[in-house]
Amino acid sequence: MRKQTKNNLITFGGTAVLCVLMAVLSGLGVLDNKTNGLLVPIGIYIILAISLNLTVGILGELSLGHAGFMCIGAFVSGTFSLVFQETIQPVWLRFALAMILGGVMAAVFGILIGIPALRLRGDYLAIVTLGFGEIMKSLAMNIYLTADKNGLHFGFTVPPENIDDETKRELLKGPIGMAAPQDTNFWIVLIVLLICLAVLMLFIDSKSGRACMAVRDNYIAAQSVGINVTKYRIMAFVLSAAVAGIAGGLYSHSISLLTARKFDYNLSILILVFVVLGGLGSLRGSIIATIILYALPELFLREAGNLRMLLYAIVLIAMMLWTNAPFCIRLRERIGASAPMQKLKGFLKKDKSAGGAA
Amino acid sequence: MNEEKTAPMLEVRNLSIQFGGLRAVDGLNLKIEKGSLYGLIGPNGAGKTTVFNMLTGVYKPTTGSVLLDGQNITGKSPVEINRCGIARTFQNIRLFKAMSVLDNVKAGLHNQTKYTTIEGVLRLPRYFKEEKRMNERASELLEVFGLEGEKSQLAQNLPYGKQRKLEIARALATDPKLLLLDEPAAGMNPNETAELMETIRFVREKFDMTILLIEHDMKLVSGICEQITVLNFGQELTQGETSAVLNDPKVVAAYLGE
Repeated sequence: MRKQTKNNLITFGGTAVLCVLMAVLSGLGVLDNKTNGLLVPIGIYIILAISLNLTVGILGELSLGHAGFMCIGAFVSGTFSLVFQETIQPVWLRFALAMILGGVMAAVFGILIGIPALRLRGDYLAIVTLGFGEIMKSLAMNIYLTADKNGLHFGFTVPPENIDDETKRELLKGPIGMAAPQDTNFWIVLIVLLICLAVLMLFIDSKSGRACMAVRDNYIAAQSVGINVTKYRIMAFVLSAAVAGIAGGLYSHSISLLTARKFDYNLSILILVFVVLGGLGSLRGSIIATIILYALPELFLREAGNLRMLLYAIVLIAMMLWTNAPFCIRLRERIGASAPMQKLKGFLKKDKSAGGAA
Repeated sequence: MNEEKTAPMLEVRNLSIQFGGLRAVDGLNLKIEKGSLYGLIGPNGAGKTTVFNMLTGVYKPTTGSVLLDGQNITGKSPVEINRCGIARTFQNIRLFKAMSVLDNVKAGLHNQTKYTTIEGVLRLPRYFKEEKRMNERASELLEVFGLEGEKSQLAQNLPYGKQRKLEIARALATDPKLLLLDEPAAGMNPNETAELMETIRFVREKFDMTILLIEHDMKLVSGICEQITVLNFGQELTQGETSAVLNDPKVVAAYLGE
């Protein structure tokens, strides 16, 4: 079997087993409340991390606006669910449609922002995406949507007027946010997570994924072998946005009150930290880093509060120094930090070949 | 006798490019017959790589035209020009460093891999069929260059000489009519250069390829090029049979100073 296929199967299988295990444990009531409450957000953050890894790790472009796409997905799907809460039954159908719509709208914005922004590279693209994320947040904070017997009333920065008070239902309340039906549970997150993971893996391990990586490694050489650079950059960017939109949809259906303030710069950076610490281009790494970095502080550092952001930053800096600083590289060589794994691999290989000979 | 009827593989007419006040290439004419091995030489800064960049669409020429096999490709984008049939290597190696050797060649086969992204993600039968075909094609190419043993290594871990070879293999993977080699022997020792000469000859025979190369190593140029053009300060100094040109006092003067 090819190495890549094997790697993918290990990652996918491991994630599936872990997820199902957690779901079953949670169903049996073994987990305490705190852990139980973490399952859904961790699942959602994993989806966000692996989708951002497509842009940052595979396409090699720094995007600081991932929370923006999540915001679009969250508000679009949440609004859809609120509007059609009574009209579309059964619930799962409405929920599925809401997820799809959230993903599609995020993808549409991905195209709209991607076509002009992807003419830029590196720092410039990072700044544009950063601005995009903030704009999306500000927009979402200023939209009012109210339903009554006459239909929907829309207001921007101010609540709509002339509403029939008796049948009034406030769907979007500007900075206060919205309360979408809480349909998300861990089983749903688990299924969506596995689907997204599979799609991203299959995309990366196809000619399209290869083209993206070729563009990442050398833009000019990629053109010289006839790869349409723009097409693949937009494709990966949009796919990444769509998956983030779906994660946003899951998110808005998982909490009682969704405020747009949540989707700020810090959230984008948080997801980026998961991706960078997990290893650029490694989906497995993103998953592991998300679990560790999200669960550990929640479980053990609750009291630390905002110090967590500081902690992330320190971990990130320490990690970069550890992998890149000449002193640390020498230190690692001296103490043989990477040696145990290599020894183990060599041992296993020897064992295998010996077994084959016998 | 009917040589006049078939168009040359590459015909360059009055090609010039101006960067601000600098005319980097001025009125270049080239005619490269199908199947020939043509050299483009000249002192540093003569504009050789600029010519390559114009031929491959990286720069748009200010005036002049480029005809590939009779088809006008002037002003097309690098991607379109590659699809028309020009592939190149780079003076400073540009491999896909973090990808495996095999994937580098498969990236070169990109346009011959006939399945859509959707088919790829859904793993429809065509994906497996095409991937299998491309793996075979890529392996064949790697075998030609003696790189089949390094298939799964990362390109950046290859020794220098093999990186050069991999770049040629990747260029050939795009199935070109004309191959442009930009200083293929740069940084090689005499043994590696000799081996490279063999490889270039072999490629021409095996793939029936027309090759245009830029080179500073005169041994390589006189060893394999049939015809050469000498550039100096963006202008053609002389052109013709290799041995005649290399003994031309004008050329010697351009290289060594008068």
